[in-house]
Amino acid sequence: MSLLSLKHLTKTFESAAGPVHAVRDVSLDVAQGECLAIVGESGSGKTTLANMILGILGQTSGEVIFNGSLLSAKRTPDQRRNIQLVQQNPLSSLNPKRSVGASVRLGLDTYRIGEKAERWQTVENALEAVGLPAEMRKRAPAALSGGQRQRVGIARALACEPELLVLDEPTSALDVLVQARVLRLLNELRAERGLTYVFITHDLAVVRNIADRVAVFQNGQLVESGTTEQIFTQPKDKYTRNLIGAVPVVDLDEMALRDKLAETT
Amino acid sequence: MSTLLDIKDLHLGFKGLSGLNKVLHGISLSIEQGERVALVGESGSGKSVTARIVLGLLQETRSARISGEVTFDGNDITAMRPKMRASLRGTDMSMIFQDPTSSLNPSFTIGRQFAEVLRRRDVSLSDQDCTERATKMLEEVSIPDPVRVLNAYAFQLSGGMNQRVMIAMALANRPKLLLADEPGTALDVSVQAQTLSLMRNLVADHGTAVLFISHNLGVVREFADRVYVIYRGNIVEDGPTQALFSNPRHAYTRALMSAVPRITGAGLPEVPEVSEDFLAPQISHGSTI
Repeated sequence: MSLLSLKHLTKTFESAAGPVHAVRDVSLDVAQGECLAIVGESGSGKTTLANMILGILGQTSGEVIFNGSLLSAKRTPDQRRNIQLVQQNPLSSLNPKRSVGASVRLGLDTYRIGEKAERWQTVENALEAVGLPAEMRKRAPAALSGGQRQRVGIARALACEPELLVLDEPTSALDVLVQARVLRLLNELRAERGLTYVFITHDLAVVRNIADRVAVFQNGQLVESGTTEQIFTQPKDKYTRNLIGAVPVVDLDEMALRDKLAETT
Repeated sequence: MSTLLDIKDLHLGFKGLSGLNKVLHGISLSIEQGERVALVGESGSGKSVTARIVLGLLQETRSARISGEVTFDGNDITAMRPKMRASLRGTDMSMIFQDPTSSLNPSFTIGRQFAEVLRRRDVSLSDQDCTERATKMLEEVSIPDPVRVLNAYAFQLSGGMNQRVMIAMALANRPKLLLADEPGTALDVSVQAQTLSLMRNLVADHGTAVLFISHNLGVVREFADRVYVIYRGNIVEDGPTQALFSNPRHAYTRALMSAVPRITGAGLPEVPEVSEDFLAPQISHGSTI
């Protein structure tokens, strides 16, 4: 059974220039323990979709079904706890005036996870689980490097013990070395804890190395979806092929794959 | 070809409360006229400060301690008077930054900012001259409706569009050297690919030399003629792009290369944060292209 199921999900924003169809009639299933990548350019509706999964935005029509139950616009604390977000820019998503530990603890207090007296211990465990020293909880976000901040973002989300993690471009603000480390960490955490990921990105090279399945979006619509293997070896849509072709490559093997896809266009 | 930019044994440190904090440990780098050179390394390796020294910006920072030679077009930048250095910026050398939307002024139209750029070279240009030349430049970067763009503000345009505007502005005064600091990193992969190929064609047409700064070796492979790899303020490997990519010899270059995720799905490597091997001496593949 799928953990998350989206049925005919649609979001329309009203603007002075008329309605904007951000997401149109999207149906998707994410199995327990799976990593589904949502891929598309800016403005393709990826983040709007994420916000509807998280309950930050209500949908215009359609259904979000999680763990077999229909999620309404007003969610229970437990439903909110169970789906957590990791954002793109860890500097602007952490409160600069709070210590890193206080930011991680916020979720524990909000959802009343564990005994009050044990919560600092839980915070330290969460930081250690993402490869940061426990003492780091006393530091301010500004004193951390980009990679460390993103690890804090992951620790904050995981401290709430969610089943589903929505990752919105978690590595696009990081340099390639740090990105490789964070992606490895995400792979390890998923395997250890049986987590389910919805991974939003515009970078198909990242997708190739982290996702089980891929859903490609363009202008709010689902263009194509399939296993990662299928999408990279036999992309059906021209748009998908273009996205793969745009990835910067270093290997001759990669160039060969890219040229092969370009030929079929 | 003659050498346009020649950096020799450049050292940089910042004076802080706890003494001198060394950032560059004697790097040497040269760019020929019209050559595209990439400087690649991770955050904090010293790539951006190198560009800021070439632009003459860090020289104005009181805590910066700079030594070594930086020769641009036959003149020593480090020995120049600040006013002379300032007159080079926006004329003989120009810069493109990472995030195009935030490097444009939100309260002036693109057209007005364009005119300001053009008048750095020639103060006598009339408004009409400026509009004409700006329109021509915007057409060169494949902007379909230049008149609309000139009358727009940066926030009314997409990131990719702003990036093209930045490229047009940077090349408007026919600079000899363009410094590009991670151009397009803030953009989508597909938009980045488009703007890079556009930029490559334009600088080739204009004969502009480029110092391209990036953390991603994949991005520079198809752009640069030569590559320098920098790690903790030292150049660790340099050579023609083809030679460096087919046979990376320094441990750090290999680590940096392995970290780029592959579309063929080779998995993610374990990259150590520090390693003795990364501090090994510089390897040079020579400069013959």
